[in-house]
Amino acid sequence: MKHTGATILRLLLERQGIDTLAGIPGGAILPFYDALHGSGIRHILARHEQGAGFIAQGMARVSGRAAVCLATSGPGATNLLTAIADARLDSIPLVAITAQVPQALIGTDAFQEVDTYGLTLPITKHNFLVRSAAELLEVIPLAFRLAESGRPGPVAVDVPKDVLLAEHEFAAWPEPGAREPTPACAEAEIAAALAQLARAERPMLYLGGGIVAGGAAEQARELARRLDAPTVCSLMALGTIPAGDPLDMGMLGMHGGKGTSILMREADVIFALGARFDDRATGKVAEFCPQATILHLDIDRAEIGKIRNAHFGLVGDAAEIIGRLLARLAPQQHPEWRARAAELRAAHPLRHPPRAEDPLHPVNLCRFLAETLPDDAIVTTDVGQHQMWVAQAYPFRRPRTLLTSGGLGTMGFGLPAAIGAALAAPGRRVACVSGDGSILMNIQELATLAELGLPVAVIVFNNEHLGLVRQQQELFYGERYSASRFPVSPDFAAIARGFGLRGVRIDPECDPLAQIALALAGEGPCLIDVPIRQCENVLPMVPPGAANHHTLTAPEPAYAHD
Amino acid sequence: MTEPTSSTCSANAATGNPLSAARAVVLELRVRNHPGVMSHITGLFARRAFNLEAILCVPESDRTLSRMLLLVVEEPQLEQMERQLAKLHDVLEVRHRADLDAGYFGAIRW
Repeated sequence: MKHTGATILRLLLERQGIDTLAGIPGGAILPFYDALHGSGIRHILARHEQGAGFIAQGMARVSGRAAVCLATSGPGATNLLTAIADARLDSIPLVAITAQVPQALIGTDAFQEVDTYGLTLPITKHNFLVRSAAELLEVIPLAFRLAESGRPGPVAVDVPKDVLLAEHEFAAWPEPGAREPTPACAEAEIAAALAQLARAERPMLYLGGGIVAGGAAEQARELARRLDAPTVCSLMALGTIPAGDPLDMGMLGMHGGKGTSILMREADVIFALGARFDDRATGKVAEFCPQATILHLDIDRAEIGKIRNAHFGLVGDAAEIIGRLLARLAPQQHPEWRARAAELRAAHPLRHPPRAEDPLHPVNLCRFLAETLPDDAIVTTDVGQHQMWVAQAYPFRRPRTLLTSGGLGTMGFGLPAAIGAALAAPGRRVACVSGDGSILMNIQELATLAELGLPVAVIVFNNEHLGLVRQQQELFYGERYSASRFPVSPDFAAIARGFGLRGVRIDPECDPLAQIALALAGEGPCLIDVPIRQCENVLPMVPPGAANHHTLTAPEPAYAHD
Repeated sequence: MTEPTSSTCSANAATGNPLSAARAVVLELRVRNHPGVMSHITGLFARRAFNLEAILCVPESDRTLSRMLLLVVEEPQLEQMERQLAKLHDVLEVRHRADLDAGYFGAIRW
């Protein structure tokens, strides 16, 4: 067979099962867009390459499979960098394909030339600069294999224009790239872990995003039950243990429950599964559960001991390892420890006014959204106070129902990620909870949303501020507010209508929750602008750099608890 | 990489002795040979803030693979650095060269 590089690339993507991808065309990548013409692959035209990158991320976070985003050379590639770095930090499988200037022009400061390979080196799992059409046959399957194997991550492929145009003759197609099976965990590690777990008197599980990536939520829940162990989740693991489960101690860390932080310091064994001891979760590392024996399960050997020395490491696939542990672990009962957990949970609830008094308090708002949206709704967030309120107050019961930028914490993630989620989960409702700061960062994707007509509701928690910045300035910078307020606020409902979407601004005086329910009940996409109190703080909060048990909580008298 | 390169860089120039002899460790890597692999390795050291004192890189005879010698200092994070190096797709092997020390690089004639 004889094909151009562009056609080879398209056919390789089809052979990988790619039926949808997101991108924006440009000069260097035109040959590939020509090859896409008439292809079965559905191309989602974003309005900024960062939007395309996050659309692909939304697809990958829902499906667990590598998704593809495209950009042309130069500014197209640089616009993708944020979404690629975000995928790196949250371990999301992504294949980012960029075009490059023709090889003869590389290094000449050509039009729309940047060193994409050099720029993506530190933010990818691996990257390629393809030097011939023949190389595509090796690189593309390998890119997918790398993106999906072991610890998932983004792979960048830079393809010069002359490679796309060149013709290549070859006999056979390569096998599509697939996830490689993970080598089994060493029996000695399993045996050592079992011995520790059998001796535990006050065990806790600390679940991370790796449980989601490994499809091991059910096994993790069974392990918690078997060990009778209260369980905490990082932001990336919310939903792996259903909110409200008797063993659920919610999120740990900077905005986790105070009772949770206290309990963790009393544990004698902490079993971290698919978690990486990120500083948002641990607080001051030296004071994070200093007395406990730490067991650490991870597919990435380099994570064991990176932040916190683990007494026992288990390297391998989460589901496989937990399965082997469960085969030999006798059921445990720790009634006093469980009672202690329940006592702490009851003593340190999330504080907020009753719904009747303050329906638009963010905690009440999140709970109302959870009651109103279908059970299988997917929630994406942007970054800031609204993100933490969703994490604290929205009851997630399944993995891959909260899509949020954890590691990089990228404002602008929410809307395009919601679009990608809706594409990957047809028929399911998607809600993007955003803030008035974040929503502006990829607002242009409202045009993409309108074009696609997907069932995405964008709910803006509007406090006319960069809320979390204001909060930090209030609490830690002597109320010296600097560049954290928006003195002029756009009319987001009007902007949505301008993009061709339903848009509504909620009137806080007139049964606001009913207005929100009405807006959510409508067909297709919409934007709901909800005014919230400007000086609300997300609490509890551990001051940056402090130990988790030094968490600040809400002042006592203000609110009743539930 | 298309030809042998060697360079010596040290963060401890203030000591006057360009290569610290104390607690030096030589790592040998076997890597794929293509443009960009050296950037990968040196970039990794830079962004992990781990001291890379000297580096030598030479292709193997068939030129698809290269060997690298890295002079690093025995610091607590060394094991973590080795694991990070091993994670790179272009790095096929990482091992200690207990038979070499800073003197190996010191013998280069400039």
